[in-house]
Amino acid sequence: MASVTFDNATRMYPGGTRAAVDKLNLEVADGEFLVLVGPSGCGKSTSLRMLAGLEEVNDGRILIGDRDVTDIPPKDRDIAMVFQNYALYPHMTVAENMGFALKIAGVSKDERAARVLEAAKLLDLEDYLTRKPKALSGGQRQRVAMGRAIVRQPQVFLMDEPLSNLDAKLRVQTRTQIASLQRRLGVTTVYVTHDQTEALTMGDRIAVLKDGLLQQVGTPRDLYERPENVFVAGFIGSPAMNLLQVGLADGGVQFGQSVVPVERETIAQTTASTATIGVRPEDIRVTEDPNAGLAVTVDLVEELGADGYLYGHADINGVRTDLVARVDGRIHPYAGETVRLEVLPNHLHVFDVESGLRLSKPVTL
Amino acid sequence: MSGSLNITSATADPALLDLPWELPLADWPSESIASLPKGISRHLVRFANLSGYVVAVKETTAEMARGEYDMLRTLQRLDIPCVDPLAVITGRGTENGDELPSVLVTRHLRFSLPYRALFSQQLRPDTATRLVDALAVLLVRLHIVGFFWGDVSLSNTLFRRDAGAFAAYLVDAETGKLYPGGLSRGQRENDLEIARVNIAGELMDLAAGGRADEDLDPVELSNGIVAAYRQLWTELTGSESFSSHERWRIRSRVERLNDLGFDIEELAIKTAEGGTTVRIQPKVVDAGHHQRRLLRLTGLDTGENQARRLLNDLDSYIAANGKQDMDEEVVAHEWLIRVFEPVVKAIPRELKGKLEPAEVFHQLLEHRYRLSEARDADVPLAEALSSYINDVLRHRRDEATVIAPPTEALDLPLDAVDDDGEPTADWRDLV
Repeated sequence: MASVTFDNATRMYPGGTRAAVDKLNLEVADGEFLVLVGPSGCGKSTSLRMLAGLEEVNDGRILIGDRDVTDIPPKDRDIAMVFQNYALYPHMTVAENMGFALKIAGVSKDERAARVLEAAKLLDLEDYLTRKPKALSGGQRQRVAMGRAIVRQPQVFLMDEPLSNLDAKLRVQTRTQIASLQRRLGVTTVYVTHDQTEALTMGDRIAVLKDGLLQQVGTPRDLYERPENVFVAGFIGSPAMNLLQVGLADGGVQFGQSVVPVERETIAQTTASTATIGVRPEDIRVTEDPNAGLAVTVDLVEELGADGYLYGHADINGVRTDLVARVDGRIHPYAGETVRLEVLPNHLHVFDVESGLRLSKPVTL
Repeated sequence: MSGSLNITSATADPALLDLPWELPLADWPSESIASLPKGISRHLVRFANLSGYVVAVKETTAEMARGEYDMLRTLQRLDIPCVDPLAVITGRGTENGDELPSVLVTRHLRFSLPYRALFSQQLRPDTATRLVDALAVLLVRLHIVGFFWGDVSLSNTLFRRDAGAFAAYLVDAETGKLYPGGLSRGQRENDLEIARVNIAGELMDLAAGGRADEDLDPVELSNGIVAAYRQLWTELTGSESFSSHERWRIRSRVERLNDLGFDIEELAIKTAEGGTTVRIQPKVVDAGHHQRRLLRLTGLDTGENQARRLLNDLDSYIAANGKQDMDEEVVAHEWLIRVFEPVVKAIPRELKGKLEPAEVFHQLLEHRYRLSEARDADVPLAEALSSYINDVLRHRRDEATVIAPPTEALDLPLDAVDDDGEPTADWRDLV
C-alpha cells in the first residue's frame, strides 16, 4: 500500500486553450479513500486517468509511494481500475473468475489459491468458490468482480464513476459496500464522481475541482462547514446553500430588516460595500417578529415527513432572489404566504463579492 | 404503452413501430424474436426480424444508448468496421405505465459471426490465432483514429470470414471514447492489456466448458495480440531514416503497407544533415488497399483478403490469356463476366445463405487447388465448381444470420437463476 501524490500535475490537450488539469497538488495518504468531485469537465476524470497512466502529464509529477510513476506504463504502476471490466465467465467457477488474471501474470498456483481465499473471505464468498456465476445473486456477482481487482493486491484502487450504470436502489447498496470494503482492505483509493452526495457519504476526504483547478480538499465536514469559496459552498450540500448578495452594515451584514452580526476582522478584509453571504437551509428559521429578518414569499413547501423545505423568493436591493429554508414538516407556512426569515447568527458564511473567497471564520457549533 | 415513445433514427424504418416496445426485452414473445440467445450478455440483447433483416436490440440507459448510437455513427464515418446503428428508442413504458429501459437497435451484419459460433466442436489454436490477428488489426485501426475502446475482447467483436483469415467488426462501443488529438501511449497500452486479459479469460472459459482444443494455450494466444498489434502499429506509424541514396526505400515502405492492406494517404518526408539523410513517416493511412482496387475495377465489395484473392485470380486470368497489354479495367470487366459471375450464378438458390459470394469463390479456388494436387493435373473450374457445391458447400450451415449472444459473460444487475452446475472437486485446482 502507498500514498499518492500529485505534484503540480498538469494536463494540456493539444490545441486546448487552457489546461484540463492545472498544477494539481494533492496528497492522498496511505489507506485513505479520496473522492474527486466536480461538475462535468472539471478535470476529475482526467486527473484519475493521469494517475492511471492513460493521460500524458505535460508538467509536474505523479508519485505512488516514493516512486515517480509519471512516465511508467499503466500496467507497471501497481494500480487497479475497479469495474473496468466486470464481465464474469459462465463456465468458470467463482474461484477461477477471481483468480484467472493472476494465472496470466504468472503467479504460482499456491499463491493464487491463497490470494483468492483471502479475497473470498473478505467478500463473504468463501462458500461459493466452486459455484458458477449464474448461481449467484446480483450483489454476489458484483463482489466477484471486486474480487478480481482485490486478488491483484494493488497499491491503489481507482474507480471512475463506478455506480453510474446502476439503478438508484443498487447504487445506494453498492455505495455502502464499496465504502465498507475499502475500510476493511485499507487500500488507498481514488474515486471519481460528479455526485456530491456520493462524495460526502463515501470519502475520508473530498477534493473539489472546477475548470481544472483544485478548489478545496478536506473531510466531508470541512467542506460542509467551511467552504473556502462560493463554488464549493454551492456545490456541496443538498439542497444547496443559499448564496445572497447583501449590503454590509455596522457590525454585520444586512439581512432584510436585521443586521446579522459578523466579526469586525471579517468585514475589514473587503473594501466593497456588499458581500456574498452563504446560509444553509437548516440555518434559517421563520420569525414572528414583524421588524426582523427578510420578507420572503413562499412558492412551494416540499414536505418530507418530519422536515420540509420552503422554496420562496425575496427582493434584496431590487434583485429577485430565490431562497430555500428547512421548516417543520407539520407546522409550516403555505404557498402564497409571506413570511419573515432570519439567520442563526453564528451560522453565516461570508465571501468576498469579487473573488468569491471566504472571509469569515469557520462556523462554530 | 405510455404515449411518449421516442425513436431517433437516421433511416427510420416504420417496421420498428411493430416491435413490442411496451414489454421488457426479457418478456418478448417468441414471434418477435429471431432466435433466442443462449447466454447472457452485459446488457440483455435480443434479435428480431425487421422487414427483411435482423436487428439486435439492447436494453440500457437512455444516456448510454444515445452515446453508443452517436459513437457508432462517428466510427462509421471514420470508416471503422463496426455494426450499423439503426435507432435509439426512449420513453418506453408498459401498459400499466411502468417505465422501461431505453434501447439501442443495431442492424445485424450479414455473414458475421460471434467467435463462439465460428467453430463446431472445439476451437483450434490456429483458428484462435486468426481471430486474435483480426482483432489486432481492428484495434490498430481504432487507435489510429483516436478511439480508446476500454473493453477490447473477442465477445465485443464480430468476425466475417475473409479468404482464410477473419475480418473483425466492433460490436460494443459502450465503454469507448474518441480522442480527436489521438491516443497517448498509456491509453494504447491499457487497451492492449485489457485485450490480453479478456482474450485469455474468454479462451479459459471455452476450455472450462470443454470447447477448446487441448493444445490451445489461452495465455500464449492472448499474448499474441500484443505482438501482432505492435508489429502492425510500427509498420503503419513508425518513422525510418536512410541515406538519400536509398530513395527506393520510400517505395518499398509503400509496398509493404499495401501488402498489409493499407494505403498511405499522406507521407511525411524530411531531409536532414544537409540533405544526406531522409526520414519518412506515414501520417495518414487507410485500410482497404485491395478492397478499393477491386471495387474500382469490378464494382465488387468484399473483404480485404477476399479482394486480394480475387485480384490474384484476375492477374492469373490476364497472364493465362495474354491480355497484359489491354486496359486493366476492360480485362477486369471481362474476368467478372466470364469467371466470377458464372460461379456465383451456379450456386443453387437454396445454398446462397451459406457463405458470401466472394468467400465461395475463394473456397472454390482452394478446392480446385486441392483437387488438382490430388490428381496431379489441372482441374477445370467448372468441374471443381460442381464438386465444391455438392461435396463442400451443401454440407455447411447457413452463416448469413447465425445469431448468438455477442458475449456469454454475465453482468451484475441481472437477476440470479438457479444453479444447475455441479460443484467442482476442489476449487484450488482451478485458480
